[in-house]
Formats: sequence, C-alpha cells, structure tokens
Amino acid sequence: MNAHVKNAVVLRDLSRSFKGKTVLDRISLDIPAGQFVALLGESGSGKTTLLRALAGLDDDAETKGHYSTPESVSVLFQDSRLLPWKTVIGNVTLGLRRADGVAAAHDMLKDVGIGDKTDVWPSTLSGGQKQRASLARSLLREPDLLLADEPFGALDALTRMKMQALLMRLVERQRPTIILVTHDVDEALLLSDRVLVLKDGSIIEDHSVSLPHPRHEHHAELFSLRSKLLKSLGVEAHTI
Amino acid sequence: MTDISSGRMVRTRADRIPGRALDRRPTRLTPAKLPPGVRLLGPAIILIVWETSSRLGILSPSTLAAPSTAVKTGYEMVVDGSLLPHLAASAARAYSGLMLGVVVGVVLALLSGLTRTGEALIDGLVQIKRAIPTLALIPLVIIWLGIGEAMKVFLIFTAVLIPVYINTHAALRGIDIGHVELARTLGLTRAEFIRHVALPGALPGFFVSLRLAVALCWTALVVLELVNTQTGIGYLMNRARDWGQTDIIVVGIMIYALLGLLSDALVRLIEARALSYRRALGS
Repeated sequence: MNAHVKNAVVLRDLSRSFKGKTVLDRISLDIPAGQFVALLGESGSGKTTLLRALAGLDDDAETKGHYSTPESVSVLFQDSRLLPWKTVIGNVTLGLRRADGVAAAHDMLKDVGIGDKTDVWPSTLSGGQKQRASLARSLLREPDLLLADEPFGALDALTRMKMQALLMRLVERQRPTIILVTHDVDEALLLSDRVLVLKDGSIIEDHSVSLPHPRHEHHAELFSLRSKLLKSLGVEAHTI
Repeated sequence: MTDISSGRMVRTRADRIPGRALDRRPTRLTPAKLPPGVRLLGPAIILIVWETSSRLGILSPSTLAAPSTAVKTGYEMVVDGSLLPHLAASAARAYSGLMLGVVVGVVLALLSGLTRTGEALIDGLVQIKRAIPTLALIPLVIIWLGIGEAMKVFLIFTAVLIPVYINTHAALRGIDIGHVELARTLGLTRAEFIRHVALPGALPGFFVSLRLAVALCWTALVVLELVNTQTGIGYLMNRARDWGQTDIIVVGIMIYALLGLLSDALVRLIEARALSYRRALGS
C-alpha cells in the first residue's frame, strides 16, 4: 500500500455506549482510501455497532471521541431493505441524485445480473436477487466508503460465493474503501486487504492480507492466518 | 465416527417400519379454506327459517314481516318513487360525514404521526374524544348546530374521525425502523422520506381504518335519523314503527346491510389495487 494514500476513515478514541453499557471502547483506527477491510468478531463484540457509527446511525447512543468518513457513504444491510411498495428500479433509484440515474440504474441492474427484474416487486425476488438489487442500489451512488453489514450472511453457500465474486468484480472498477462486517473467516480472507478482529469493543488483532486476487482458500498464508483468526474468535481450529 | 453411527441408526429405523413415514400426516391444526360463496350458508339458513315460519303463520306480520314481503314492499317503494329520495338523503349525510372524517382524520394523523408538535397538540385531544360516546355529544351539538343536516353530518364526521386517526397514526408510528435507517443512509430529504417511505408504509393501516369508517358512518346515521327528520332511511323506519309496518322496517334493515356490504367490498377493491405489491407472490 502506498504510504502517501490519504486515509478515508479515521477513528480517534471512539467510544459508544448504550444506557451505560459500553459497546465500543476507545477505538483508534486509520483506513487508507481504497482499502478493503474485513471486521471479524464474535456476536456482541461491537462490530455492527462500529459500522453503524460510521454510517451515522444510532443517535441514541452516548458517543465519545471522534471519527471522520468520506462525504459519500453507502450501506449494504444484511436484510436487503428493499421497500416492498417500490419496484426494483424504484428501489434502486430512490434518493439517487444523478442526472443519468435511471439509465445508470438499468446498466447497474444488468451488471449485477438482474437486468430482467427491473419492474417487478421485491417480494417476487429470491434472497440472492434481493441482495443483488441492494448491491446495485449501493454501488449506483459511487460511494467513497461502502459499509457492508454481513451482506451475504443470510444467503446459502452457493449464492454467497457468487455474490462475493460479483462484489469483487464490481468494486474493482470503483475502488471504494470498504468495511465488511462478517462472522465468516473465509469470506474475510478471500476478499479483504486487511482483517481486524474486534473483541469487547476493542480491536485486538490487525492483519494485512497482501495476496493478489482471485485467491485460493488453501493458500498456505491464508491457511495459517485462518487458524490464528479462528483461535482469537474462540474456535480451536483443529477441532473442526 | 458419530456420522457413520447416526447414519446407520436412521437406516435401521426406516427399515423397521417401511412406508410408515409416508402414511402418517401431521394433524391439521387450522380449518381448511372455505370455497367461495359457502360463507353465505349461515345467512341462507336464517332466511329460509324466517320465510318458512312466516308462511306457516308462526311469525305474525305484526311482529316481523316475511323476507319475501319485505323484498316486494321494497320493490314497490322503488317503483312508486317513495324510497329513492330517502336513500339519497341518507347517503348524502353518511358520505359527507365520511368524507370529512376521513380527510380530517388523515390530516390529523399525519400532523401527529410525523411531527412532535403535532403529536403533543393533537393526540391527547383525539384520545379524549375517543372516550366520549358520539351519542353523548348529541344534546350539545343540537344546541350549537340546530337539528338540521349540519348536526347530523357533524356527528358522523366526529364518529368517523376517531378510527381513521387512530389506525393511520398507529401505522405511521409503527413504521419499520429498518426502512427509516435505509432512508437516512440513502440521504433522503424529509419530504422524500414522507412521500416514498412513511406514507406508503402507513397505507395498509389507513385501509383498515377506512373499512371501519365506512361501517361506522352508516351506524351513526341510523341513530341520528331518529332525531327530527323528514327524510332518510332511518326516518322511514321510524314512521313505519308508528304504523306497525314491519315490512318497511325490514326493507330499511336490508338496505343498511346491503350498503354496508357494498361499501366494504368497494374499499377492499381499492385496497387490493393500491396494495397490489402484497399479492405479488400469491398470484
């Protein structure tokens, strides 16, 4: 990574608590522009809270410290959050401030593989198709920072692999900074440039993964990192 | 190791009772869906019993006219023109009250559901009004508005207002927090949020309120038409009571039932169109 690349995301002693319970505990972090960061952690470790803080959500939390993010931020939720009363194209272009919005949306829906579904209700889509629409909605905004909260967590294994490949292909063009919250160690290793492990609201591990894409999960470097990560997540690798 | 042993277990169990798993169906816990029209079986039985009792002389016409007599009387009243003016007068009252109630109810629900000031000013008032029976307001409203049309329309309006407000307001308040978060992360303006997220989200609740309101406007009307009127279905029925014409009373009851059912069907039709996205999977 080039040392002169500007930081897209900066956190300084960021703490967040809800009704006195501390969820994020003085987190400091710099993420260079264009970096793909995977955020691992057990349930309740604060990874989603961190992502939501960067997305500007959870106003009711008490926040200390400060953070900065780019102007243009887009969020990819685990539940695709399509409005059921809007067609796919209506959902994708909702709030879009681009002169070429509709045409770009059609192209983007083609890119994510649901170009024939532009005018249908979201309830007729499969889980994978919904997440494709959701991905199209996010990328259409050409964000500088993409925040993804377990976007493929609810999908079946095959669909998840296809979606991971699709995500990599699409962000190759735009190169946004990405923070991906996931509980899937393999997903983190296959996709990201850097893996962070969160525990009790603090970052306890920070690994960089410099292998080129596409990656093979049996690569020796990934394999040893995988055991290490699983261990810090409370799973002894040899028992599986 | 565990895999193999459990695999074997399953196979032996299946061998021991061949075909059993296919025969055994889980108990049906909910009633099966009725074919269309069968719902009318209950009303049909009542009608037959009623008509038969009348024909056999068990039910005297001075107690209750036979349904066939009522239908005949109703038809004659339509032909000689004595029914339609009353029907028109009733409908005008009911639907002007309904219109006012729905419009004002929705506006109040929007103000109260989408702004803090609105909720502070409006919600308490409506809740208090809800606790007061419409009929209890009649004496006061007669003093204010007299005994004419204005009084009747006003009372229907206040009766209809309540369910429209309550349900629409609840729907706006119960908006999916996930959709609100989405709207924020997409950077929607407040106006865009209301138009694309809040209002469509509250639409199902509004339709529930509309169906309640349509039924309520006719219910309120019956009572109000007992107060000094020379027109309306309620007036017809009241006069028939004085003269012991039970057939006209039954005609009135039938008209109310028909209007109620038709209005409800109409609202359902509009609802099905407006909320067509919900049927998308079923069709």
